Amino acid sequence: MIAVTTGHATRSPAVTAGGTARSRLPVVLLGGCLVLLASIAVAVTIGPADIGVGDVWATLLSRVGLAEPTLSVLRDGIIWDLRLPRTLLAAVCGAGLAVCGVVMQSLLRNPLADPFVLGVSSGASTGAVLVVVLGVGGGVLSMSGGAFLGAVASFALVMTLSHTLGGTTDRVVLSGVAVMQLLSALTSFIVLTSADAETTRGVLFWLLGSLANAGWSEVIACAVVLVGTLVVCGGYARSLDAFAFGEDAAATLGVAVGRTRVVLMSVTALLTAVLVSSVGAIGFVGLVLPHAARLLTGPGHARLLPVSALAGAVLLVWVDTVARTMLQPQEVPVGVVTALIGVPAFVLILYRSRGVQ
Amino acid sequence: MTSRHDTTSQHATTSQHPAALRRETATRHGTAESAVDVGLAAERVSRSLGGGLVLDGVSVAPADGSTVGVLGPNGSGKSTLLRVLAGVLKPSAGLVTVDGRELADVPRKTLARRVAVVEQHSDTQIPLTVRDVVGLGRVPHRRAWLSASADDEAAVQEALEQTGMTARSAQRWQTLSGGERQRVQIARALAQRPRELLLDEPTNHLDVQHQFELLDLLASLPVTSVIALHDLNLAAMYCDEIVLLDHGAVVAAGDPADVLTEELILQVYNVKAEVTTSPEGHPHVRFLRT
Repeated sequence: MIAVTTGHATRSPAVTAGGTARSRLPVVLLGGCLVLLASIAVAVTIGPADIGVGDVWATLLSRVGLAEPTLSVLRDGIIWDLRLPRTLLAAVCGAGLAVCGVVMQSLLRNPLADPFVLGVSSGASTGAVLVVVLGVGGGVLSMSGGAFLGAVASFALVMTLSHTLGGTTDRVVLSGVAVMQLLSALTSFIVLTSADAETTRGVLFWLLGSLANAGWSEVIACAVVLVGTLVVCGGYARSLDAFAFGEDAAATLGVAVGRTRVVLMSVTALLTAVLVSSVGAIGFVGLVLPHAARLLTGPGHARLLPVSALAGAVLLVWVDTVARTMLQPQEVPVGVVTALIGVPAFVLILYRSRGVQ
Repeated sequence: MTSRHDTTSQHATTSQHPAALRRETATRHGTAESAVDVGLAAERVSRSLGGGLVLDGVSVAPADGSTVGVLGPNGSGKSTLLRVLAGVLKPSAGLVTVDGRELADVPRKTLARRVAVVEQHSDTQIPLTVRDVVGLGRVPHRRAWLSASADDEAAVQEALEQTGMTARSAQRWQTLSGGERQRVQIARALAQRPRELLLDEPTNHLDVQHQFELLDLLASLPVTSVIALHDLNLAAMYCDEIVLLDHGAVVAAGDPADVLTEELILQVYNVKAEVTTSPEGHPHVRFLRT
């Protein structure tokens, strides 16, 4: 709807921040895609092993069968098995977290909402800890499998709780916070009482988010769910716009409020669950990025969703590059870096928008 | 118009007596043009909230293009009546119909292209421009994935012009005054291209000048408006018809001169008043200290 504004001749360009960006969505998206591709190409070359963009091309071409392999097996392995999946997973996760954040903030009309507001991340942590520390699942269940089941279970708990408590958006947020606190306490309790030092360190690293264990299977799983979520949310873009003045206002604009809420919460919770079970809880991307993207695109979700996805992808590619190279050979959990960058950015965005409220 | 007022007035006052209602409905169907089948109408609608009955057998059938004022003390059911008419609340008993079709059977989007609502208070944290807000009125007309059509653009432009907000279209919603926000919400409602416009106390928090401007605007629009109001004199000046509610039931309905009487004001508001006729022919209410 806010695309009603597109290309309107009478619009005075100077008044709205980002007014020009608004009217040229295809250009912005194309530019964003190019920046993302360039970021991935450059990020793959950064690291202890000396690899150039040409080497990346050589590997890509030989892997898809368009050229004879020219690189050594080791260098080829570093690119194809380590750096490329890791960089791609960073892009997919960044995009997914940003999209989930946009949808949650609009749906719950709460600028503090993020992908983890429905307790998904804490549920994932509890699930992972139950598997790793207590051996739940008898060896059949992997850590990420346990995380996924925990995430889905905690989402179901939040939805049941908020429905019982009246079903309004503030009840959803409060139920999410309550479940999050409960599960975090449970996770800490299990780790403190049962885990040895080695396991604790592993669990902690995962709790803060890490792309260190990225493989092609994670990349494909996350990418498939991300694309599905983008398609579903894109179809609901105008309904999300209509939530601006609340649920009653959305209902009088012809939005099926209940159905929209259930569908969008379910797909974003599913995406968050898949992301968290692959890389842990990477905070702040989903909270801060939607605010930043809104400054760029304006409030219409038809623009906000794709632009947030691209911006999130580019951001996390670079943040992960910093996280793995900053203190070489030691790796910093990516969640620590997102928080270090995210908090000042959040403060800056709030400071810039202070006059509006 | 006059005959419709009489019908509604009679209808409302007899709504407590089913037999009388049936008789009256029968005669109306027999004689008059079937006014019930045109536009938005509530037929003996009740609604309970939290154990109590908030609406008790209320019937309203605004004439096409008229301005209907809903009056009554706080808690008399004005907002609930509007919410039931808008389809946001389902009636516990009775029927709400659009062109003779029950509201529950009308798809949500179809209804939103037909009936628009302006809430008493609306606010958002999202940095929207005036044009963005008015553009929301096109949500029920648009399909997913497609960008705005020429018709959408035209409807937004027209709504901005009708409400005198064209020059402000790029201004942020958050920088507008209360009166301007109400105008923008009305523009948004008009962009829906409705036949019926429901407004819940739109003059609340507005100074006198803006109250007059707003009601002038509403009275001049070519739509049927149902407006919940607090100010009896504003209602007398601008409404073609008044529905007076008390404890969820219609006490009186019809021409302002028939509804705004000293007896009814004392009965419903528990305030003594003197009602005179203004030079323009409207009843004028002057409250008296006791």
